[in-house]
Amino acid sequence: MRNLFLLKQVPHRLLSGHIISKMSFVNWIRKLPFTPLQIAMHVYAWSELVLIVYGVLTHHLTANPIQAMEIRTGRHAIALLVLSLACTPLTTLLGWRELLKRRRALGLYAIMYAILHVIIFVDLDNGLAWNYLVQTVIQKSYILYGMAAFLLLVPLAMTSFDVWKMRLGKNWKWLHQLVYFTAPIAALHYAMDVKGDVFHLSGNINAPVNYGIVIALLLVLRLPFIRRFFASLRTRIVFLFTKTIFHPQADSES
Amino acid sequence: MSDTYKSVPVLPSEITPKSLYFNRRGFLRAAGLLTGGALLAACAPGGGGSQPTGDPATVAAYTGRKDELGNPLNSYDDITNYNNYYEFSTAKDAVNPLSKDFKSHPWSVEVSGLVSNPKTFAIEDLIKMFPQEDRIYRLRCVEAWSMVIPWQGFPLASLLKAVQPTSAAKYVRFTTLEDTKQFPAEGDTADYPWPYHEGLRLDEAMNDLAILATGLYGSPLPNPDGAPIRLVVPWKYGFKGIKAIVKIELVADQPTTFWQDINAHEYGFYANVNPDVPHPRWLQSSERRIGELGMRPTLMFNGYADKVAYLYQGMDLKANY
Repeated sequence: MRNLFLLKQVPHRLLSGHIISKMSFVNWIRKLPFTPLQIAMHVYAWSELVLIVYGVLTHHLTANPIQAMEIRTGRHAIALLVLSLACTPLTTLLGWRELLKRRRALGLYAIMYAILHVIIFVDLDNGLAWNYLVQTVIQKSYILYGMAAFLLLVPLAMTSFDVWKMRLGKNWKWLHQLVYFTAPIAALHYAMDVKGDVFHLSGNINAPVNYGIVIALLLVLRLPFIRRFFASLRTRIVFLFTKTIFHPQADSES
Repeated sequence: MSDTYKSVPVLPSEITPKSLYFNRRGFLRAAGLLTGGALLAACAPGGGGSQPTGDPATVAAYTGRKDELGNPLNSYDDITNYNNYYEFSTAKDAVNPLSKDFKSHPWSVEVSGLVSNPKTFAIEDLIKMFPQEDRIYRLRCVEAWSMVIPWQGFPLASLLKAVQPTSAAKYVRFTTLEDTKQFPAEGDTADYPWPYHEGLRLDEAMNDLAILATGLYGSPLPNPDGAPIRLVVPWKYGFKGIKAIVKIELVADQPTTFWQDINAHEYGFYANVNPDVPHPRWLQSSERRIGELGMRPTLMFNGYADKVAYLYQGMDLKANY
């Protein structure tokens, strides 16, 4: 299969008569130092901040811009966290190994928005009124969950660099599996912030419940026996595909 | 034969919208930024109203007025572009554009139940029978934001006296229109107990502060704020202000309300603004006045304690939240 995509340099005669080897467009794309997935990821990650800043400048952030910014940064943080979590299961299902290289950037973007979200909450929303904040965090369980999710993300962000992989060795992997707890806690924080009752599935709970379901699926797909099942399923589908396309007569044998 | 002046024919699309004409500076500022961010404009959130602003003459007549505590009014733009009206959308700034085709006329309100004189009133009759009064009220949302709003309406007590509740009547129950064509979001939100319904105790309803509002800033009530008629109970959280009322019933038993049905633990029947009774998710001791940056302390009964505290003498307000 890979033969189809080998780099091809085709001899090409210019008007002047010289012969050069002309690179194909696909070739040129492959030589760039970044991939389309990388571009898409960075654009998506920054888009929300750009839109928020644009909204602030053009007064397009609703009549309550502080709350609008708080909600949007929080929502984008959880979206990025879920995307980061989705990389491994998608690689299992699709075999696209580049996804595994994007997990770190997505996670760091998630905490970037989480930090903005916390700053907006602490400063813009509550004006650094520490007494009030302490009272709020202690009394309001959904803010406590949000704080827990954020605090769990901090060590992950700090140790996300390669030098830490060497320092921590085996423990690095165990530490980063904390994200399996962080994502559901963040989803619960979201679910309890909206108006409604997530425990009775009434009210404005569609978005956080959807996130919860997706997170649950992404965690389930990591269970070893399920992961092996889908990986082997993928291999079998690819095998059947190549067999029917390229060697149809092989079916009559065996 | 006189020469009648004929203006150059102009396409309706060429006429500058009233809101932009009266807001040139804002338009120019936005236009300058838009040319710079042309790409982003395509995905900018839909803010700003797509309905015309209120009649500028009457809106101007209210400029500079304040409520009884000296708080300035919120702008017409803010009041009509930041609405919790889930029948249209859960996004507060999306309610205005989504509600522009809402048909608020013809409209009638059925007043029935335990009354001697049940009657169905057309909205025009209500406005004729009960002269509109100016009421500048603070509206305090349960989400801890608030606005100061110049309503026009008449006391609910006047309507109730006209239909003469019997001695068996103890509560008033209100119901909103249920119509998936008029309310686009109603069809695909099965997890809400439509139609929106609310209730008041009879003595609360007879308090002079409770009004049925039919106007805002001197113009008829705009769609995002509950056209053509809505309840305003300023000493309670904003969700008690039921919009687009079609039915008012006098009943003997305490009715449940929309938000009680969704989460009775968080939303109660009385829903009095009370800084000493925290909501499970928000400390209700402070609020953000829309237009201001900081938080301000929440007042007992939203600052109307002198007019309504008598209704709750001896009641445990923590238990009856």
